[in-house]
Amino acid sequence: MKRYVMSIDLRRCVGCQTCTAACKGANATPPGIQWRRVLDIETGEFPDVRRTFLPMACMHCANPPCEKVCPTRATTKRADGLVAIDYDLCIGCANCVMACPYDARSIVHEAHFAYGDTPMASEAARFDPDRIGVSMKCTFCVDRIDLAARTGQIPGVDPEVTPACVNSCISGAMEFGDIEDPESSVSRLLAQTQHYRMHEELGTEPGVYYIWDQS
Amino acid sequence: MKKPLLRASSLASPKQQHNWDWRAATNFIAGGAGGGLLLWAAVVNASADATRMAILLGLILIGSGLTCVWFEIGRPWRALNVYRHFATSWMTREAVVALGVFVAGGLAFLTGASALSFLAGILGLTFLYSQARILAANKGIPAWRHPRSISLMIATGLAEGAGFLVCVLSLSSTPVAFPVLAGLIALIVVRAYFWKSYLGGLVADGAPDATLKVLSGIAPRLLVVGHVLPALAVVAAMAGMPGRAGLSFAAGIMVVAGGWFLKFTLVRRAAFTQGLALLHLPVRGQGTAGAAAKPGWKVAPGVKAG
Repeated sequence: MKRYVMSIDLRRCVGCQTCTAACKGANATPPGIQWRRVLDIETGEFPDVRRTFLPMACMHCANPPCEKVCPTRATTKRADGLVAIDYDLCIGCANCVMACPYDARSIVHEAHFAYGDTPMASEAARFDPDRIGVSMKCTFCVDRIDLAARTGQIPGVDPEVTPACVNSCISGAMEFGDIEDPESSVSRLLAQTQHYRMHEELGTEPGVYYIWDQS
Repeated sequence: MKKPLLRASSLASPKQQHNWDWRAATNFIAGGAGGGLLLWAAVVNASADATRMAILLGLILIGSGLTCVWFEIGRPWRALNVYRHFATSWMTREAVVALGVFVAGGLAFLTGASALSFLAGILGLTFLYSQARILAANKGIPAWRHPRSISLMIATGLAEGAGFLVCVLSLSSTPVAFPVLAGLIALIVVRAYFWKSYLGGLVADGAPDATLKVLSGIAPRLLVVGHVLPALAVVAAMAGMPGRAGLSFAAGIMVVAGGWFLKFTLVRRAAFTQGLALLHLPVRGQGTAGAAAKPGWKVAPGVKAG
């Protein structure tokens, strides 16, 4: 059984937002909607202050609260660990948005574009009316994962079947792969480092690991 | 006036939710009161006319709430998909129970049969419970997912239902019986207890600072308008002061107003998201790991506020 997860090395992230831009390019999300974003966090008191960059998106939880509350079964957990949304079933009730402790989901009720109501040619070409009025979020670039299942390529190794954000990361902070495979790059990296998952106390079993130090 | 700079840390703090607006809040506000009213209408079983009026009002309240939700959802013409996930979704269960409420309540209103009124009352209570569980299932909102929110939502729904029933009885030819007024006082006390318990639980277990600030801010007004004044009005009515019907009506209205104020605050104003938590700040270069951070929260076990 596969379970695709992501590791993010907080030591390496420089907050460049390239992953944010790559995600928008790959998924054509509307203005104001970022399936992936990098938060810029300042902590501490002068003179002992810190600045940390924290990439956030859907955590593709093993126990996703969004799936439990969804009244339509639009949100489902796939056998490979990805949490998916069927836009044709979703009624846009936003219950999943409330259930997600990672603020990963959003709903756009009306189409709007970079320059108002009229889309640019590039926006018009990629506009998906099915995504209006329904819940949406990071898919781990599910079309690429599905392509891997057909071609035999390996997500996290072959760029064609690896999420856009991981491909784009300039510092190599992001890794993607099957955590059930001990030889995958993500498994080996997690074995060598200290890491945590966010809000584990809520029982969601998130699929994103934040690396903060070596073992 | 100079606009304060937006600090990066504030972007990482819990944010007030905006996906469930006043329309969603209305479902909890009116629907919960309607469920409670259906239950008490069946239990008290006053005169036939008063019971039927109470049932009608309960159905209108529940119907109004659900209609408001229908206007809020992104794809209203797919609304029947809501019935697809009975296994785990309390929203599905609420929708299923709502069907039963309208069938049983509608028949009870038309026929006046006590058995149907009782069934509608049980279903009204189930509807109220489902609503409480919908809120509690939302792990993204700490103010809702606290387990004590369930008892609070049920307690206020029952108190509001009793408040409405007392109003209906006050306006009808049926005098408000002493046990009904005593019951209303008991429900006021129960709601006050669960409110205090809920707030204490949130403080003890942790919640976003903004949530605690909003909820603590309404406590004095809720105490006065939702609990003390209606209790005094009921006591005055029970003591035989002149204008018993008016006092009872005022008490009922204040109990309802207090509950609706509480639920609107809970669903809209106090509903801040979880925010993020960094259990460890990263080790960079030759440095050491920084202290953990949880922006927008007071110190919680194992995690330091940022």
